[in-house]
Amino acid sequence: MTDLIQQAENLILKPVGLSLNDIDQLMGQLLSSSIDQADIYFQSSRSESWVLEDGIVKDGNYNIEQGVGLRAVSGEKTGFAYSEELALPGLLDAAKSVRAIARLGQSGVLKPVSQSHVPALYAAIDPLALMSREEKVSLLKNIDQQTRQIDKRIEQVIISLVGVHEVVLVATEDGRLSSDIRPLVRMNVSVIVEENGRREQGGSGGGGRHGYDYFLQQDRAMNYAREAVRLALVNLEAVDAPAGNMTVVLGPGWPGILLHEAIGHGLEGDFNRKGSSAFSGRIGEKVASDLCTVVDDGTLEHRRGSLSIDDEGVQSQCTTLIENGVLKGYMHDKMNARLMGTSSTGNGRRESYAHLPMPRMTNTYMRAGQSDPGDILSSVKKGLYAVNFAGGQVDITSGKFVFSASEAYLIENGKITTPVKGATLIGNGPDVLTKVSMVGNDLELDSGVGTCGKEGQSVPVGVGQPTLKIDGLTVGGTHA
Amino acid sequence: MPNTLQTSQVSNDETERLKNVAADILAEAKKQGADQVEAAISVGKGLSVNARLGEVETIEHHRDQGIGITVYKGQRKGSASSTKLNKAAIEEMVSAACAIARYAEEDPFSGLADKELLAMDFPDLSLYHPWAVSAEQAIEMAISCENAARFYDKKITNSEGASIQTFEGTRVLANSHGFNHGYPSSRHSMSCSVIGESDGNMQRDYWYTVARKASDMEAAVKVGEMAAQRTVQRLGARSISTRKCPVMFAAEVSGGLIGHFISAIRGGNLYRKSTFLLDSLNQQVFPSFMNIYEQPLLPKAMGSASYDAEGVATSHRSIVDSGVVQGYVLGSYSAKKLGMKSTANAGGVHNLTVEPGELDFDQMLREMNTGLLVTELIGHGVNTLTGDYSRGAAGYWVENGEIQFPVEEVTIAGNLKDIYKSIVSVGNDVDLRGNTRTGSILISEMTLAGT
Repeated sequence: MTDLIQQAENLILKPVGLSLNDIDQLMGQLLSSSIDQADIYFQSSRSESWVLEDGIVKDGNYNIEQGVGLRAVSGEKTGFAYSEELALPGLLDAAKSVRAIARLGQSGVLKPVSQSHVPALYAAIDPLALMSREEKVSLLKNIDQQTRQIDKRIEQVIISLVGVHEVVLVATEDGRLSSDIRPLVRMNVSVIVEENGRREQGGSGGGGRHGYDYFLQQDRAMNYAREAVRLALVNLEAVDAPAGNMTVVLGPGWPGILLHEAIGHGLEGDFNRKGSSAFSGRIGEKVASDLCTVVDDGTLEHRRGSLSIDDEGVQSQCTTLIENGVLKGYMHDKMNARLMGTSSTGNGRRESYAHLPMPRMTNTYMRAGQSDPGDILSSVKKGLYAVNFAGGQVDITSGKFVFSASEAYLIENGKITTPVKGATLIGNGPDVLTKVSMVGNDLELDSGVGTCGKEGQSVPVGVGQPTLKIDGLTVGGTHA
Repeated sequence: MPNTLQTSQVSNDETERLKNVAADILAEAKKQGADQVEAAISVGKGLSVNARLGEVETIEHHRDQGIGITVYKGQRKGSASSTKLNKAAIEEMVSAACAIARYAEEDPFSGLADKELLAMDFPDLSLYHPWAVSAEQAIEMAISCENAARFYDKKITNSEGASIQTFEGTRVLANSHGFNHGYPSSRHSMSCSVIGESDGNMQRDYWYTVARKASDMEAAVKVGEMAAQRTVQRLGARSISTRKCPVMFAAEVSGGLIGHFISAIRGGNLYRKSTFLLDSLNQQVFPSFMNIYEQPLLPKAMGSASYDAEGVATSHRSIVDSGVVQGYVLGSYSAKKLGMKSTANAGGVHNLTVEPGELDFDQMLREMNTGLLVTELIGHGVNTLTGDYSRGAAGYWVENGEIQFPVEEVTIAGNLKDIYKSIVSVGNDVDLRGNTRTGSILISEMTLAGT
């Protein structure tokens, strides 16, 4: 295995004349006797995006981002500074201003340096370099041409291709040095269809910690396109969604956004340490039906939400949040774990060097149950079957969450009938899972499109679930 | 005040330095074969502190810089951006943008903004008022803000803290039509968020203030009290049964409704035909009492700018007159696609203003008589292509013009086309904090879904 730390050193430190010894000196400046925790986070990322619209690749963008974030934590107090300039004198000054968060104390004692090596969950590749610009452009053109042939009602096709090559190097107060090289690609296809003056849209996509060749394998790119067209055509038939409380069956995969919003955020360590979550102080309590076991798992290979190490250098793990309906644990970064007397669960993440780490989800999903999905649907006399969603949001304090369906159907006498227009579903996080009466045996993870926002920071995440039956959720349609 | 003079000298020097960097980028791009080029550079610094439960929680020192460039080779376009300002990084960025332009395809509508539309006058909009606040002073202010909230009512049981943020920076825009201009600006804000509890249920709400000049912010104590008052009022919230009823959007959320309108008449959505307001120019979209306009040249306002992201001169302009759409929201590219002229909206609208009506907040409630007052919206259930609208809402149930009890866990839904037509009145309780300035908006009927 190639040494990730050496690669990061070559890619980030060497070009600006810094060495691993300089990191030691910086850490020495950050530490004092009253500093409990400190880290230095170097990040270098290059990303690109290509967009096709009106049948031509109109535009591409290339982005270079590099900087370092310095943090020192004393008790519950955090000092933080970052810089795009990686020159040692400036960084030493910054470290001094960061350390001022703590009462002056003796200078800290440097721990012996150790290098952390954990098994990588993805290859240390640069997706941008692995495919030529000609190939990227022709990939987009091919998909566009084939998509337009699917149906003559297609009016507009927009395809985007995004790739990121990110290198991080993290030094922590315990003398540990960790590194990660994180490839990430994503492709999206959206179409607009028109029939008899009515226009509707559909979109689909996917990706993960791969190179772009991922989209060529198993016909993935065209599958996104076919799915986008299918969704748009379904929307052409959609009637007004119902309004009110009813039985809702959620399809497998991406509808797992329910778990992310309804319980995931509420189980992040920071909110629970501060007592601001509707789930605070409820470990060991029943918060879901016996059928529900929910985990946050950063260790799945190549997934969009996965990380070999988190942004604090801690190895990713699979954390059980709810087991057979009982609340088992929270997701932690190092700071909240320390203050709550436990260990980090490898959920310390940050958008970039310019942002502070906090507890964030990775891939959050519910484990498979016993029921046949067909049996779940046929058990519902009247309700809503929702299979695709546009996004969601939660108020972690009141526990109220929403997520917006983009593909849904009425269920009448156990059968899927008419498609209905997109509608927002609203519920209460701490009790929605108590209403889960059937869990399918068809666990699926999403295709790799999720981005989670918290306090202004965006990070890639994944979700998943089997088919679920919820006995009562408010559906926000117009048909009262 | 010598201190001020000194700072403004610093910012002038910084602007000049960045204009020189921009000129170097333009020259480098020409050297690498670009026919047209545009560069935007920004640098800034800031301080952000958060205090919680009477103690400092975080102190963050910010220092940002970034460059974005767009090059055109004939009708082919490429763009690149970077957080590095040194010569090597600039060369790499220019070369990446030029390489992309080689592989992008001919687009007859691409190119810089028309030269004759570029700004020639640069009035002083009074956007730069640096605040020499130390971390210690900011923390003290945040603590007094949070204290005002924590001790406002004993139902306030917890806090997410109060924060102070200050930012100042300079932004320069240059293009190969000869445009090269920059100006400094500042932004200061204070916010507070607290948690209340009753009968085992928690509620959280917040308040904030923002201004170009620190002394124009609301007082710390007022921000804290508002946050606490809003939180306490929400305690005991419940869902209500599904019904159709009037809905009043309070001023702090009504800007969103107008934002959806702006999005629907934005050039990109028009030429892609992905809007429910296609061909809406000269059409009646709102009731005839409504007027909406842009005021880009207001001194000290948050959305002020004398030119847009492409250098096109802004001016006061009407977007809706007597309910009829007077103009779209266009940058150069979408304008050319539509056979129109840029409306100086590359990068967005500037101080979008809904002309206030006669009624104040209480009179608006009485005008509604019975219905839902919405003070918070969650989720993204707005479809710009169809106009379908369905979002989570929280607020108050109102009867006989009086607030009865707090409401949560409901959705409100309708189609924006109908919602706009059924606006009954706009209040004079204008929220001036954001880029959209509007009072409360009363809608005659929407579908509310609940228990």
